[in-house]
Amino acid sequence: MRHDPLIPMLAQVTDIRQDTPDVKTLRVVGLDGKKPFLHIPGQCAMLSIPGIGEALFSITSSPTNEDYLEFSIKKCGCVTDWLHAMEPGQQVTLRGPYGNGFPVDTDFAGKDLVFVAGGIGLAPLRSVINYVRHYRDRYGKVDIVYGSRSKADLVDYQEILDEWSKEDGISVHLTIDNPQPDWDGHVGFVPNYVKELAFDTGRTVVMCGPPIMIKFTLAGLMEQGFPRDQIYTTLELRMKCALGRCGRCNIGDKYVCKDGPVFRLDQLDQLPDEY
Amino acid sequence: MKKLPLSQLDAFFAALAAGQELYIPAGDAGTAAFTPWREGLKLTPALNTSRSAKDLFFPQVENLVDFKVTGKQIEIIENRAPAKPFVIFGVRACDCRSFDILDKVFLADPADTYYKTRRENGTIVTLACTEPEETCFCTALGIDPANPAGDVSGWIAEDTLYLQANTGKGSALLETLPMLEEGEKPELDQPVFDRLPLKDLDWSAFGGERMMEHFNSPKWASLAESCLGCGSCTFVCPTCQCYDIKDFNTGSEIKRFRCWDSCMYSDFTLMSAGQPRPTQLERFRQRFMHKLVYYPSTHEGEFGCVGCGRCLQKCPISMNIVKVAGTLGKEETP
Repeated sequence: MRHDPLIPMLAQVTDIRQDTPDVKTLRVVGLDGKKPFLHIPGQCAMLSIPGIGEALFSITSSPTNEDYLEFSIKKCGCVTDWLHAMEPGQQVTLRGPYGNGFPVDTDFAGKDLVFVAGGIGLAPLRSVINYVRHYRDRYGKVDIVYGSRSKADLVDYQEILDEWSKEDGISVHLTIDNPQPDWDGHVGFVPNYVKELAFDTGRTVVMCGPPIMIKFTLAGLMEQGFPRDQIYTTLELRMKCALGRCGRCNIGDKYVCKDGPVFRLDQLDQLPDEY
Repeated sequence: MKKLPLSQLDAFFAALAAGQELYIPAGDAGTAAFTPWREGLKLTPALNTSRSAKDLFFPQVENLVDFKVTGKQIEIIENRAPAKPFVIFGVRACDCRSFDILDKVFLADPADTYYKTRRENGTIVTLACTEPEETCFCTALGIDPANPAGDVSGWIAEDTLYLQANTGKGSALLETLPMLEEGEKPELDQPVFDRLPLKDLDWSAFGGERMMEHFNSPKWASLAESCLGCGSCTFVCPTCQCYDIKDFNTGSEIKRFRCWDSCMYSDFTLMSAGQPRPTQLERFRQRFMHKLVYYPSTHEGEFGCVGCGRCLQKCPISMNIVKVAGTLGKEETP
């Protein structure tokens, strides 16, 4: 009999990087040492530790990485506590990929892009950013606005400094909430910073972060005159199956797990405000 | 069409049960349930079972898979019992329609193989209703209780059971039963359906359209006000399909179970990041919006309700889909 979609495969965590005090990035391969499956930037997968639970995480590595999948995980509950406490070599179960992903090869192609992320919200966007970097000539200008509570809370800080900031045509704008001695960059909240940067309203905006950041950034973008069909975001709700059946993650008649997690703002406008 | 004198019903059940497990609705009204047939078990006098027949395809609890965790190693143990054929006798037209509604959820690609296997192995013998309860409203949803679907349709008239095979599976089943004779069902009167209190139910205000209008209706506050969040409606509902997945550590292995869950419960959508449905109003609204708008929106206008009336009978505060649809669907006169 064909495997049921709810039966996971086995995978192995080969590397664990402490990104911030509460975010770790896990590198995951199949038991054969290879990347378990192909995905589209923005898609998610179910990771589980039998006995603790299963939870959905966005895949933070780019599909252009041919060797492994990466998940950046913030410690905030039973499953994530366990994932933070484990050591390299640990096996986990994995199923996916799930969701629609970002339209990287269609709507985004040829566009000038602005990425706006707050805190752990960078995780799903990192997959897109590295995909765009890999196929640099398919896209126009790229600006990345990323903010966090403090310097220590910036996820993937080293990669941002060593790789993203040094690339032609990519401008990185980092900000932290409050001044600190070893920080000479921008200080302030993401929504205000995005407003200050006054991007051209013809650009496509890709956003992920805490609801409060999304809310105020959107208000600013609307004030500046951005069309709602040029703004993309990715959502997260509680899920058990990731197949549109367990009944938890719907917003109106759309399931975040299979119709999302990526939505355009004009699509969200058609749905109840219940996320 | 085949027929059988009711005096031979026990022999008929025995013959059916000889080839496979047979479930019949048995027990007193209020507790009637689809029960494995054993000699002496009689059909319930109640119109319908307390819980729907969905249990036989989508059980309340099922063990999906087991795991063994040793140090850093995990072993996946697939322990699924081999599928066995079974027959459900006496399914009413409403419950029979609910299988079509569940099919569209569980058999959509990629199919749920637990459900699919049971569907393939189950043969459904329906039974026409002659005396519906006052809570019945299947006719308002386009279901004909006097002519139920299923692999085999059944009617009881006078002292005779009439059976009509509708599918290959149904014909194959009837062929195994030598006590059946050829016969024609007499014309049955059905005036009782015209006298049902809910027969004129009008749900034309619902379907896949007007989602935001219904969602944003101010009427939800008063409708949901006294909901206790007990979830009874979801557990007796033939079309409710929400589930939870939970692991249980037995000490020697970890068993992963799928269990029914309810959108009426507060922890259903609770996340560490927050709660998108923080009060009973949002949970209550979710359940009825799903049946009346969300499901129809993605399934060509078909409602996620079969009019069985169980929620009308079981709700402790006497709130139900008929009242909700009636209140929401009423045009305001300024």
